[in-house]
Amino acid sequence: MTVAWTDMTKDIAGCKIHVSRAGSGPTVLVLHHDIGTPDRLPFYDKLAENFDVIVPHHPGWGKSERPQWLRHPRDIAAMTTWLLSDLGAKDVSVVGLGFGGWIAAEMASQSPQTFRRMVLVAPMGIKPPEGNIADQAIVSYIDYPQAGFHDPAAFEAVFGGISVDQLEQWDVCREMSFRTAWKPYMYSQTLPHLLGGVQTPALVIWGDDDRIVPISAGHAYVKALRNATMTTVAACGHFAEMEKPAEIGKLVTDFVTAS
Amino acid sequence: MHMMYFTEQPMSAYDAQAGLDYGATALNFSNSHFNPIEGSRLYNEYLEDYILAEEYGADGIMLNEHHNAPFCMQAKTNIFASILAATTKRVKIVILGNPLPLCDNPIRMAEELAMIDMISKGRLVPGFVRGGGQEQLASGVNPAFNRERFIEAHDLIQKIWSEPGPFRWEGTHYQHRVVNPWAVPMQKPYPRVWVPGVLSKETIVWTAQQRYPYIALNTSIEHTREIWKQYSDTAADCGYTAGPENFGYLIRVHVQDTEEKALANARQFMWMQGEFTGLAHPVWANPSGYFSPSGRRNFVQFATGRAKNPRGNPTFEEQIASTMIVAGTPSQVIEKLKYIVENTRPGIMGIWANDGNVSKEDRQRCIKLLCGEVMPAIKEYGKSLGLKDPWEANAPVHLRYSTDLTTRQAAAE
Repeated sequence: MTVAWTDMTKDIAGCKIHVSRAGSGPTVLVLHHDIGTPDRLPFYDKLAENFDVIVPHHPGWGKSERPQWLRHPRDIAAMTTWLLSDLGAKDVSVVGLGFGGWIAAEMASQSPQTFRRMVLVAPMGIKPPEGNIADQAIVSYIDYPQAGFHDPAAFEAVFGGISVDQLEQWDVCREMSFRTAWKPYMYSQTLPHLLGGVQTPALVIWGDDDRIVPISAGHAYVKALRNATMTTVAACGHFAEMEKPAEIGKLVTDFVTAS
Repeated sequence: MHMMYFTEQPMSAYDAQAGLDYGATALNFSNSHFNPIEGSRLYNEYLEDYILAEEYGADGIMLNEHHNAPFCMQAKTNIFASILAATTKRVKIVILGNPLPLCDNPIRMAEELAMIDMISKGRLVPGFVRGGGQEQLASGVNPAFNRERFIEAHDLIQKIWSEPGPFRWEGTHYQHRVVNPWAVPMQKPYPRVWVPGVLSKETIVWTAQQRYPYIALNTSIEHTREIWKQYSDTAADCGYTAGPENFGYLIRVHVQDTEEKALANARQFMWMQGEFTGLAHPVWANPSGYFSPSGRRNFVQFATGRAKNPRGNPTFEEQIASTMIVAGTPSQVIEKLKYIVENTRPGIMGIWANDGNVSKEDRQRCIKLLCGEVMPAIKEYGKSLGLKDPWEANAPVHLRYSTDLTTRQAAAE
């Protein structure tokens, strides 16, 4: 089945934010990784079979304008809350992917009843009690995304034949990661203390071969949130929804539709 | 003409093979390869070299700073500048430069430089740089705000040096509720600031807008002329005419009594495999957000091995042939430098004379011939071409102190 996606632009905080939307049913907001996102992914299509799926490009990433003043994922969280409000979206569930998981957690911490259900896939945002979040600053544009896959063939399937446009995009994404999460790198020292009020049922998903964010951060999320459980996916890296779209899609669908 | 002696202060006593095995000689190349006993010897030898350069007639000593790499031992340029302030009598102490974005407290930078200016009795030239990409990573400073921090830190230091305190500074990257350092420079209106560079057009334009001299770091003659044109065009927009006093040129030169020995030692300029700042991953040198967005497309291809280094990687022989490196006896070097000076017309010249593993004896012989014979001849030649340095030309320290502007358009900046 071909999914019909609609692309639109919304003015948020003085910036044009790119949004893709498809499907019908309960609304699911998908927040993408630090490396940005391809416009379409099998995972997004899978969700659109059951949900009204909203995929914004973070401000400064992809097709969204850069706010020069943007300094922190918390700023992106506020802009995304504004976006949901302008879209009139109600009873929204969220799927936060890596860096996008951090943004989702920031949104929830500011307003614990924002989301109906939360799925965090290997979220950044909390300092891993063991290990460190991989530093993309010291590796090439290709090596970093590659490190986020368990199976090199899966990386090839998503990004094979990498164009110069894609390389440029990854450089822009990296610059935005630096502008918003340089120090401390990819986590907040206050976030874990602010998640205790979030009663939203949450599912934390981790690839068992995530070389970007140590799984200890996942355990820390489960501990910090009031109502979270964790599951791991075998033979899977950090960019789990790209590597295992069917499996992650099913986990999300089952969790969001559960009563 | 102002002629100064420069060396990167190479940490020559490291295991070069270890660097080649690791595949990099910068940033993440382990400091376990640094030997502080040898470091102590070299720091003290380099200090002797500077004193000798003054004794034999150099106008200035040019200093710089880099981090996490054997190609340059100076991790804090103000330290050597402080030592030279007390141990030399006549030379200008030319810092090219302090990497301002690395500085979290520009007030402290202004204080340190003011102290050096006073201790040296007004001989400081406090140049400023953005710092290489690796310096940002080595210092944990966000490369995406490098240029903004450079400009804001400069503006704050300039205000400290030109307006009485106390005042407040509520900027984008720096906020200080009390700005009132007691140490201020003795040179008025403030010490001459020079800005060195290699590549970025934005820096050339900014430097011309300040009316600060721009020092081209061993660029080709052709590229140097392009830089001068960019600078001169901006100067014209600002209402002044750029002259030799606005231009400086750094070139690698090694002098010995025989051509054979000079060439053998000059090969040490290639000791970092032809890379000024050592072998490194391209993304270390240009972390995202550090460089101009106009260069993004070309850079990402270079960084992923799809395009050649835009700066090329010329061999030693090619660099000798193109005068990027000059080596020989004093008379041979004088002849080549005259050609370079005639074609680049700088009022300021830096001579990068010793690199890599040149022995102490050879370094010092080079300094004696360079400062004692070559520099006087080139200064005389420069005089015949009308090449004046900023002091000889009595150039304004900054655009705002100009009395000759044909337009006030940019004076307010």
